[in-house]
Amino acid sequence: MSSETKQILTTDGIPLEVSLKKAERRNKIKAFLLVAPLLLFLIITYVFPIGEMLMRSVDDKMVTEMLPKTFKAMEKWDGKELPEEEVFAAFHEDFLKLVEEKREGKLSTQLNYTKNGFKSIIKKLRRKSKNFEEGNYKEQIMAVHKRWADVEYWNAIKQRAPAITGQKYLKGMDMYKNETGKIVSVSEDRRIHRILWLRTLEIAFFVTLFCFLMAYPIAHLLATLPMKYSNLLMICVLLPFWTSLLVRTASWMILLQQQGIVNDFFVGIGLVADDARPEMMYNKTGTYVAMTQILLPFMVLPLYSVMKTISPSLMRAGKSLGGTPIVAFWKVYFPLTIPGIGAGCLLCFILAIGYYITPALVGGASGTLISNQIAFHMKSTLDWSFASAMGLMLLAGVLAIYWVYNKLVGIDNIKLG
Amino acid sequence: MALKKDFVKFDKVDKSYDGKILVVKDLQLDIEEGEFVTMLGPSGSGKTTCLMMLAGFETPTHGEIYLDGRAISSIPPHKRGIGMVFQNYALFPHMTVYENLAFPLRVRKIPKDEADKKIDKALSMVSLQGFADRMPGQLSGGQQQRVAVARSLVFDPQLVLMDEPLGALDKNLRESMQYEIKHIHESIGVTVVYVTHDQSEALTMSNRIAVFNDGKVQQLSSPDELYEKPVNSFVAEFIGENNTFAGEVTDISGGKCKVKVANSEILANPISVKGKGEKTKISLRPERALINPSDKMDNIYSGKIEEVIYHGDHTRVRINLLGNNEFILKVPNSSANMDIKLGKDIKIGWNSEDARALDPK
Repeated sequence: MSSETKQILTTDGIPLEVSLKKAERRNKIKAFLLVAPLLLFLIITYVFPIGEMLMRSVDDKMVTEMLPKTFKAMEKWDGKELPEEEVFAAFHEDFLKLVEEKREGKLSTQLNYTKNGFKSIIKKLRRKSKNFEEGNYKEQIMAVHKRWADVEYWNAIKQRAPAITGQKYLKGMDMYKNETGKIVSVSEDRRIHRILWLRTLEIAFFVTLFCFLMAYPIAHLLATLPMKYSNLLMICVLLPFWTSLLVRTASWMILLQQQGIVNDFFVGIGLVADDARPEMMYNKTGTYVAMTQILLPFMVLPLYSVMKTISPSLMRAGKSLGGTPIVAFWKVYFPLTIPGIGAGCLLCFILAIGYYITPALVGGASGTLISNQIAFHMKSTLDWSFASAMGLMLLAGVLAIYWVYNKLVGIDNIKLG
Repeated sequence: MALKKDFVKFDKVDKSYDGKILVVKDLQLDIEEGEFVTMLGPSGSGKTTCLMMLAGFETPTHGEIYLDGRAISSIPPHKRGIGMVFQNYALFPHMTVYENLAFPLRVRKIPKDEADKKIDKALSMVSLQGFADRMPGQLSGGQQQRVAVARSLVFDPQLVLMDEPLGALDKNLRESMQYEIKHIHESIGVTVVYVTHDQSEALTMSNRIAVFNDGKVQQLSSPDELYEKPVNSFVAEFIGENNTFAGEVTDISGGKCKVKVANSEILANPISVKGKGEKTKISLRPERALINPSDKMDNIYSGKIEEVIYHGDHTRVRINLLGNNEFILKVPNSSANMDIKLGKDIKIGWNSEDARALDPK
């Protein structure tokens, strides 16, 4: 036979490959149509909003559009000393237009994000600019407030020239680009986001750990009990799952508050004095307790589904071969449950990292998480681009955890059910 | 060293799971050292329960089990030092074959070089050299079974229990594994207690067979004795093929009895009948009845051929004999027996010794 492969023909003379493709095309189209609704759903509800969030988090067009002439004039400026008259004149022109459109307030808000202190001097400039004479705008503007004569403020304006910025991401890590364009951390007393990130990781880690410690015996019991008991137990595990999250969190508030049932019980058995009731809510303790309870089913279910498949004869084999019950458990049973542990922990950790309602209600100041900060910026400061940036950082964090997990354990080695 | 007669001893063992039904009743069973004993019986007869009590996974409700003279009811399974082969192999799926075999050695803190020697020996015993680094999932059913056998023997236990170990294999593999296990047993002389519901497996492999039914040992004896001389109707019917006649004893004398069946009287060997008027069931193996019998036989009757089934080396013939429509004969396929045709009347005879008059059940 020659080295080149001979084309195989079907009985009616069409090449086999062509014929095969033709035969499979229908099936492929059918399969695609079946997944099409899901694909569409994903694009509309996931890809599109995430893309929109990404755009919003780096979008900085607003100031660029408000001060077009200023930024053009600033192009040649090196930022070391105060800009030339040309820049001041362009700024005055842009500013007048903004005042006319009543948008100077928005400008002050935006510039204030970059550097504090713009709000008042822009208000003052608006008042004074009515009486400006033509020419020599540099002198006139600088005379309005001493900050207008400060090169740092002009640098702050110049920073807003590009239409795209990574500044929100820096802010999310308590860093910023200073006037000379270097990335530095904010002063120590203003670093709130780093604390929140670390606290989020810490709480997610411990909640996952507590869930694991509590879920493992429950799942084992579920998997080994006779059917009639295990069904009942399963309902008990799932019952809280079917109750509204808000209701469950609220019931924890009733239990954990200082005059609550748990504290009453502690006082009743003489564990604590009546006037020294411990605070179990509006701090980390509250967040730990409530989140562990709420996330428990997410740990139990993957563990259960894995344990269900482990034959009881394996443990028996381990024992009959001379392993003590502990050795048999540790060497035989436990390694076989690792796929379930991986799935449960990953699920719990990822859910915990983005948890919102529970920490918001029972967490107080020391028990809130990064998602509460995101919500705060969505609802109160209306700095949506910052909220988007932090949301994306959270997403990136989750993907990073997923990646690390894949490297350490292997994502194939996961079993969700 | 003299072999102990009661290496394993079940002493008046009862077992109940729910406090209402006894699955094992007053079990009395001695197993000799080095013996291959099979517990045979239909499902639910209590045989697996007995094995689990011996292994330590179930506790007797009453009575005591002795292993080598020691009462073991209070010894946990891992201290009994009994090897076990499970129905579904129970190999540890996350360990290689080597690690599976090393497990019992490691928990016994046997040094690595000694352990390696033992593992090599065990693997060569089941002819699986070179498979040490495979995972159980990469092996065929038969290979997994052999690994399970090797693992149960690698730590040199005095006693090995096997719980229907060949149940999941196909017929050919099962037969070859039967011989393999039998040879391993013969070569190392370990005591084996084997549970199965497959009678041909039991007959092939065992030194002695304990037939279980209804939580009791019906008969404990060697395979040939069990087949040739069943002590009751259950054993006679459970092991091999069996022709039966139900009837009433009319006379008993000189080691023979007369049993009235239909309108004739059959001469039989009285096993569990004591006197006149007792109801009985006569058991006769198909190969003990002959066509065209010689005059020496003391039972000769005539019957009509109802069905002929060709089996190659022999022919099965169903005959209506003395009112029993299910009387089976196995006729060797020789030129002398060419005249067996459907509907023909035929003469059949057997010796009264082979017709065992058992309990009527």
